[in-house]
Amino acid sequence: MKTETKRNEVQQAAGQRQSTSYAKKELMTGSRIIIESLIREGVDTIFGYPGGAVLNIYDELLNYKDKIRHILVRHEQGAAHAADGYSRASGKIGVALVTSGPGATNTITGIATAFMDSIPMVILTGQVPTNLIGNDAFQEADTVGITRPCTKHNYLVKDIKDLAKTIKEAFYIASTGRPGPVLIDIPKDITSSVTEFEYPADVELKGYNPTYFGHHVQISRMVNEILKAQRPLFYIGGGVILSNAGTELKEVAELLDIPVTSTLMGLGGFPSEHPLFFGMLGMHGTYPANMAISNADFIIAVGARFDDRVTGKVEEFGRDARFAHIDIDPSSIGKNVKIDIPVVGDVKSVLNSMLEMLNGKNKEIESGRYERLKWLEEINAWKYEHPLSYKMTDVIKPQFVIEKIYELTGGDAIICTEVGQSQMWTAQFYKFKNPRTLLTSGGLGTMGYGFPAAIGAQVARPDKTVFDIAGDGSIQMNIQELGTAVQFNLPVKIAIINNNFLGMIRQWQELFYDKRYSFSEMNVNPDFVKLAEAYGAVGLRATKPEEVEGVIKKALSVKKPVIMDFVVAREESVYPMVAPGAPITGMLLV
Amino acid sequence: MDKTHILSILVENESGVLTRVAGLFSARGFNIDSISVAKTLEKNESKIIITTSGDSYILEQITKQLNRLINVIKVQELTDEDSVVRQTVLVKVNADETTRADVFRIKDIFNGRIIDVSKNSYTLEVTGSEKKIESLIDVLKPMGIKDIVKAGTIAMPRSKKSS
Ligand SMILES: Cc1ncc(C[n+]2csc(CCOP(=O)(O)OP(=O)(O)O)c2C)c(N)n1
Repeated sequence: MKTETKRNEVQQAAGQRQSTSYAKKELMTGSRIIIESLIREGVDTIFGYPGGAVLNIYDELLNYKDKIRHILVRHEQGAAHAADGYSRASGKIGVALVTSGPGATNTITGIATAFMDSIPMVILTGQVPTNLIGNDAFQEADTVGITRPCTKHNYLVKDIKDLAKTIKEAFYIASTGRPGPVLIDIPKDITSSVTEFEYPADVELKGYNPTYFGHHVQISRMVNEILKAQRPLFYIGGGVILSNAGTELKEVAELLDIPVTSTLMGLGGFPSEHPLFFGMLGMHGTYPANMAISNADFIIAVGARFDDRVTGKVEEFGRDARFAHIDIDPSSIGKNVKIDIPVVGDVKSVLNSMLEMLNGKNKEIESGRYERLKWLEEINAWKYEHPLSYKMTDVIKPQFVIEKIYELTGGDAIICTEVGQSQMWTAQFYKFKNPRTLLTSGGLGTMGYGFPAAIGAQVARPDKTVFDIAGDGSIQMNIQELGTAVQFNLPVKIAIINNNFLGMIRQWQELFYDKRYSFSEMNVNPDFVKLAEAYGAVGLRATKPEEVEGVIKKALSVKKPVIMDFVVAREESVYPMVAPGAPITGMLLV
Repeated sequence: MDKTHILSILVENESGVLTRVAGLFSARGFNIDSISVAKTLEKNESKIIITTSGDSYILEQITKQLNRLINVIKVQELTDEDSVVRQTVLVKVNADETTRADVFRIKDIFNGRIIDVSKNSYTLEVTGSEKKIESLIDVLKPMGIKDIVKAGTIAMPRSKKSS
C-alpha cells in the first residue's frame, strides 16, 4: 500500500515534469526552427541569396525582420566572404544562407578561404527534397560531398527531428577548438515539415573534445628554456588573434624583452609600432624579421603553422634554434618543422599560465636580461641596415598610398585586402595596432576576398572605417558587391592600386621568367570612377603623388561607398623577396 | 623507414564517416593498403581497421589528422607484438584427380576449410596472419589459382597477461 502511493507520487511528479516541458515545446516548421535556433545562438545578421530550395526559409525570414538583418549579396561567393569578414572583424560567428546547386557551389571559394584561415562560420545551404536526393534533380549538387574537404565539419539534415540539434552542434564546432566553417545542408521538405521545437542546452560529441589548457610540465619546460635563452624570439600567427590573446602576448614579451615577428595572419596581434616588433617574416618579410629567425636560439611559435610562404627552405628555418610551439590544434605541431617543446592548448590560456609561472621568477628574469637586450640591439641594427623602403618619383608609388592611408586613418581602420602585391605592401607599410584590423586571405590567397569581406566587416563594425586595399585585377573578381554596399548603406572605402597588371604575376615573370609577361597585363579595365558612379557610389581618382592625400581625405569624409582609383607605377615590385624554396636569409632587397 | 601500421579507428556511425576517413587519406597523400569496417556492439559506433605504410612521421600525421575529424572517437595503433592480427582469404584452386589430394593436405596444414567444390576446382577458406596467408598462396600457386579474394586485415589488442 505504502509503495503504491509512493509510486503514484513519482508518476505524478513525472507527469508534471512532462507536461511543463510539453508546454515549452511548440510545434514549428523547419524554417521557423532554423531561425529560432539562429536567434538562440545570438545571430542577428545573415548574408544570403535566395533560391528555390530555401524559399520557405526566406518566407519565414520576413516574419523576423526586426530580429535578423539579412544582407542580400550579389553573388553567393560574396555571402561567404562577407560572413567571414563579419566573423574576423567581430569575433562572432558569421552566417551565410544560400540555395541548393549553384547557390551552394558558388560559396565553395569562400568556405575554403575560411577553412584555411580557421574562421568560425556557419553556412546554411538549401537542398532538393529528401525524396529527390540522388536523382539528379533540378539544382541538385552533392553539397556535403563537395564541401567535405573544405569544412571543419558538415551535415545533411535528413530528419526534421535532428534539425535543432544539428544547428546547435554546428555553432559549437565552428567556434571551439581550432575554429572553422561548418556547413548544414537542408532539404526543402525539411523546411516545410513540422515538429516540436526544443533547443538543446548542450551538445554531446564523443569524438570532439578540444584541449584548452596547456600541459603544465610542457609550459614550465618552455618557460625555463626561454629564461635560459640568449636569443629568444616570438613568431606569432593568426592563432593569437583567434584566441584574443594580444594583451597576454604583449605582457609576456614586455616582461622579458622578447622580440616579436609575425606572419601575415598574425598582424595586429602585436602593435606594429612597438619597439619589440620587427614586422612580418617570410617570403616578403622584413630584413630584421628574417635575420632574427635565422639567428635566434629559441623560437616560440604562437598560433602559427609554419606555412611554406613563411619558412622558405624549411631545413634552414630557425637553423640555430630550438622550437616551442603553442597551438590548439595538435596536428599543426611538428607538421613541417621538428618541435622540441609542443604545447597543445588555447594560446590565451597558455600565455596566462606562462605569466603565472614567471611571476616570482624575478631573479631568473633579470639575470638573462642583459643578453636579451644585446640580442635586441643586434636585430635593431639589421632594421637600420635594411629598412622597408621605396623610391619616390613623379608617378604614384603603391607603398606611398598605403603609408598615406595609414597616416590618415591613424591606424584605426579595419583594413581588408585582396591578394597580390597590394596585399603585401599593405602588410609591410600599414602599421597595424590592434587585433582584428587586418582581414586578408592568408592560407588560400583568394583574389576577390577583400571587398565582400569589407562589407561583412562594415556590417559588424558600423563604428569603424573599413577599407579594401585592392589590385585592379582582384577587385574585378567581386566588383558586383558594389550593389550590396550601396543598397545597405555600407560606406566601405575601396582603394585600387591600379597598375594595369596582375602585378604579383608580373613580378614573378620579371624575376623568374626573363620578363616574359605572359597574359598578366590587364589591357582593358573599366573606368573605375564611372563604374562607382554607375552603382550610385562615389568614384575618385589620383594620378599624381600630390593628389593622393586629397583623394583619401575626400573618401573618408563621405558616408557612402567610395572607389579610389590610384593610378600607380606599373612595374613596381615587392621587396624584400625570398625566391620560393630558398632559405629566408636569401632576400632580394630593394 | 617505411613500415606497415595497423590503425584501429573507432568512429561514430554517421553517414559519410567512411568517406571522411578515406578522403583524409587521399587528400593528404597517405595510402590505404587494406580497410575493413563493421559496427561494434555499441549502438552508433563502428570500427575501421586500416593498414597503411609510412615512417613514424607519417604515422603521427595520420593519427593527428584522423583525430581532427569530429566523428572519430579514438585512434589506436596496433602492433604485431601486442595485438592479434588476422586476414581471411578465399582461394579457388585447380583440383583435378592429380592435385585434389594435395589441396586437401594443404588445407589441413593451414587449418582451412573447403567451402565449395566443382568438378575441377576447390574453394578454400583460410584465416591467419598475413605471413600464413602469403605462404598459403605460394604453395597453391603452382597448382593454378583461378580466383582469389582477401578481406581487409582485422586486429585487436591482446588481453594484458596478469603477472
Ligand atoms: C582567385 C585567384 N586566382 C588567381 C590567383 C593568382 N594570383 C595571385 S596574385 C595575382 C595577381 C593579382 O593582381 P592584382 O589584383 O591586380 O594585384 P597586384 O598584384 O597588381 O597588386 C594572381 C592572378 C589568386 N591568388 N586567386
